[in-house]
This record gives sequence, C-alpha cells and structure tokens, in this order.
Amino acid sequence: MTEVILQLDSVIKRFGDNEVLRGITLDLHRHEVVCLIGASGSGKSTLLRCVNLLETIDGGSITLFGQSLTDVRVDPDKVRRHTGMVFQSFNLFPHLSVLENVLVGPVRALKRKRSDVVDEALALLDRIGLRDRSDEYPDRLSGGQQQRVAIVRSLAMRPALLLLDEVTSALDPSLVGEVLDLLRDLAHSGTTMLIATHEMNFARDVAQKVVYLDGGVLVEQGTPQEIFSNPQHESTRQFLERVN
Amino acid sequence: MTDDTDVTLSEETPSFLAPRRKQLLVGRRAVVASTVSTVLIIGGLVAAFYLAPGGKVVRQDYFNLHYMWESLVGNHNKALFSVGTGLLINIRIFLIAEVFILAFGLGLAWTRMTRSPVLVPFRILAVVYSDIFRGIPVLLVFLLIGYGVPGLQLGYISNQSPEIYGCVALILTYSAYVAEVFRAGIFSVPHGQILAARSLGLTNATTMRRVILPQAVRTVIPPLLNDFISLQKDTALLSVLGVIEAVQAGTIFQESRFNSSGLVVASLLFLVMTIPLTRVTDGLIARDRNRRLATT
Repeated sequence: MTEVILQLDSVIKRFGDNEVLRGITLDLHRHEVVCLIGASGSGKSTLLRCVNLLETIDGGSITLFGQSLTDVRVDPDKVRRHTGMVFQSFNLFPHLSVLENVLVGPVRALKRKRSDVVDEALALLDRIGLRDRSDEYPDRLSGGQQQRVAIVRSLAMRPALLLLDEVTSALDPSLVGEVLDLLRDLAHSGTTMLIATHEMNFARDVAQKVVYLDGGVLVEQGTPQEIFSNPQHESTRQFLERVN
Repeated sequence: MTDDTDVTLSEETPSFLAPRRKQLLVGRRAVVASTVSTVLIIGGLVAAFYLAPGGKVVRQDYFNLHYMWESLVGNHNKALFSVGTGLLINIRIFLIAEVFILAFGLGLAWTRMTRSPVLVPFRILAVVYSDIFRGIPVLLVFLLIGYGVPGLQLGYISNQSPEIYGCVALILTYSAYVAEVFRAGIFSVPHGQILAARSLGLTNATTMRRVILPQAVRTVIPPLLNDFISLQKDTALLSVLGVIEAVQAGTIFQESRFNSSGLVVASLLFLVMTIPLTRVTDGLIARDRNRRLATT
C-alpha cells in the first residue's frame, strides 16, 4: 500500500447541540479512492468540509501529509490549494467564461502566470470534450457539462486529493453517466479521491474502500466486496436494502 | 358520507366566458378606452390649473416666459445670476461627490463585513457611522458641516469654500446609503460561490474581489442609480450654504423681480438632468427582470 496522506482520528463536529460527526477515524492513501456512503444527514458532506477546513472540528484531529490541520498556525488557504473540492451544485462562477473558471485557481490562488496556465487549462477542457466551449459562460452548458467543468476547475490546481460531495445528486439521471465516467477515468489514472455518493454501483466499481456512515458514526469500512456483499452490521444491511 | 352516495364527475359542459364588465379590453376598444381616460385625466388637470381662482396670478408669477428666459440666461446689469450657469455647479458637485461616494461607500460596506479581530473597532465605527448619517436629515448635515467646520478654526480644514463643505456633506450622507446598497448586493451572491472560491484556495480578499464583487455589482447597479438620481436633486441643498447654484440663482431672481419663474426654470433644468438617468435606471431594472424571468 502507498503512503497515508490523510488521517482522521476521532473527529467530532457539532452544530449547536447536534453532533453530526461522532468520532470518525479514517485513513486515505495516495492513489486511493474512498467512497463515503450513507443516508442524507449521516455526516458525509460535513466530513468532506472538515477536511477542506470549510468547517472547524470540535474534537479529534485531521492530519494531512503529517501536519495537523487543527494547528492554529495552519493557513486554511494553503491547505485548500492541495485539497480540491467539488460540490453538488457545481458552483461555477457565472460571470466568468468556462476557461476563466478553470484559470481562476492557478492564476489567482497560485499566482501562476496566465499565459503559462492557459494551455494546461485547454488540455483539461479537451479531456472532457469541452475545449470548443471554453469561451462560453457556464449557464450555456448542461448540468453534466457544468459539473465536469467544476471537476476540471479543481484539477487545474493539481491538488493532492479531490473531495467530491455528491457531485451527481443535482443532475438529471441522463447526465449522471458522463460525470461518473470522468470520475472513473480519474480513478484509473491514480487520482486520490474521497467521494460522498449515493451511486452504489459506481462506488462498487471504483472504490478501493467503502465507508458506511450512519448518524455521524462510522459503522463499518472495507473493500466494496466486503461492504456490498457481506455487510457485518445490521444498519449497513438495512441501508443497502433500502437503496437497492 | 353514506354508503349509497354515488360520487361521479360532472357531465355538464361549463362556460368559461367572463361577464362583460370583467372582459379584458382588446384591439380597438382598448385604444379608445386608453385615449378617453388619458384625455379626461390630463384635460382635467390642465383645466383645474386654468380655472383655479388664483390660476391667472400663478401663471403670471411662475410661468412668465419673459422672466423665465431672463432667469435662465441671467442679467449681468441687474446683478441677476443665471439659473443655467447655476445648474453647472450642481452638475459639477454631483459628478465629484459621486466618485467619492462610490469609493467611500464600498469601503464602508467592506469594513462592516470584515471578520478580522484587529478591525473590530472599525467595524463598530462603520455601524455607528451608517446609523448617524442615515438618521440625520441631509439639510442638517449641510448646516452642521457648512457652518460648524469653519467655526472650528482648524486652519486649512476650516478655510474651504462652501462648495467643498456642501460636497463633503453629500459624500458623508450618501456614502451611508450606498454602503447599504453594496452590502445588500454582496449578500445576494449565493453562499456556494464563496465556498467554491475558498475551496480553490483563494484568500478572503481575492474571493471578494474576483468572485463576489463582480456578481454583486450587477444586482446593485439599479438601486445605486436610484441613489444617484436622488443625489442629483440634493445638490440643490448647497443653496443653504450660499452657493449660487440653480436653486439659489432662482431664489435671488425671485427676490429682485418679485417673480418665481426662475424657480420653475430651475425645476425644468433639474428634470432635464435627472430624467435621462431615471430612464436608464428603469430600463436596467426592466432588463434585469426580463433576464431573470427568462432563465427560470
């Protein structure tokens, strides 16, 4: 197995009295794809947001490349440059063209010269077949196209890992496939990904590890075979029966 | 409901015609109706003006063409100031104040929205500022600045022209309003935009500049223009500081000729100045509305 790049140890997150993460412990290795499954409200999204420091945790620790993210001296902006995040609702910048959306991270956050990044950005857009749409604005694209641009926007930062928060949940069923295909493609080329998803077949295909969350508790984790074919816990079994 | 109640759907053919009174006017009938109502209303207003007991006196006093012309161009020999030249001062003050208001207003909005602990006192000041200057009548701000600041005998600061003090009074007042407009615009940008920007590693300031403000400005332009229409008119308050702008020139004319036509001229000139901006603003609002309706 390759090196561990992300470690969560007994992570606790509360919103007021509501404890949404109740001591999550989880490792992510380089080139590994981990899928988080569980009902809405089980804490999948919160977990991703904590890793990206969009939320601060109330207990436990998160370690990225051996450095504790709870250290007050940590600059969240620097962390986020290495942890790309893609959202359910795309969140492309509507006032920027497709190309500018992809460029904004490298140019504005990494301070790279625009002319140095343009070719890379166009190559990324080429990879998702949208190079010829690069001058258009996001609202001219379909949901699936927008989400693929959003993924590419994160990739342009060359992150060490990619956090994906139910990226197909807001899409028409007919558009889910093209986004999942891109993620499969990324998984095969060794992109490290932590994916919250409701797509069980997709999780079975691409994940090295599947993690089942229920009410903020990590109930069980294992290979797709272990989780999908032979779940150890009653609540996992019930969840899988409900979604299938 | 008893067991033997048989619920079936109606077999009758319904009529959808509205009673004649409620029917929408279309075609020729619509044209006739709108013409009649326009003639009646406008004609009524004109008639009221002409037939009023004091109508003749008022027409002579406010709409005397000879005096209107004289007040517009001024009369050097009689020491009568030109209302037209006066309006140039209003326009100049408006243009200067506008630039400062935009900058200062944005600064205020920004200050109020910062999270940095170091800036807490500034944040409090910004809130107090906007409360004060939205709460005091503009006229009082003019009087307090225009007569108060010179009274302080603060050397350079106390030795400015009334035009400067008036301009400052406008800037102070309108910045408070414009800051609120900016804030509303910034809040109108969906939170997901901020999340996306921050998760790309953009700093707070870069997110503001590259992602939030460009989107906020679009929603903010119509209300901002509304404030500027109001600002154009409030330049008339410079008259209380003795600046001979359009209204003051009209007042001086009124006092020497015992005729108020100069004030009507000033009103007309203000209309000429504000109406283009008003039309542009309404046009933008309509365009914005159409675009939103088209996309949803």
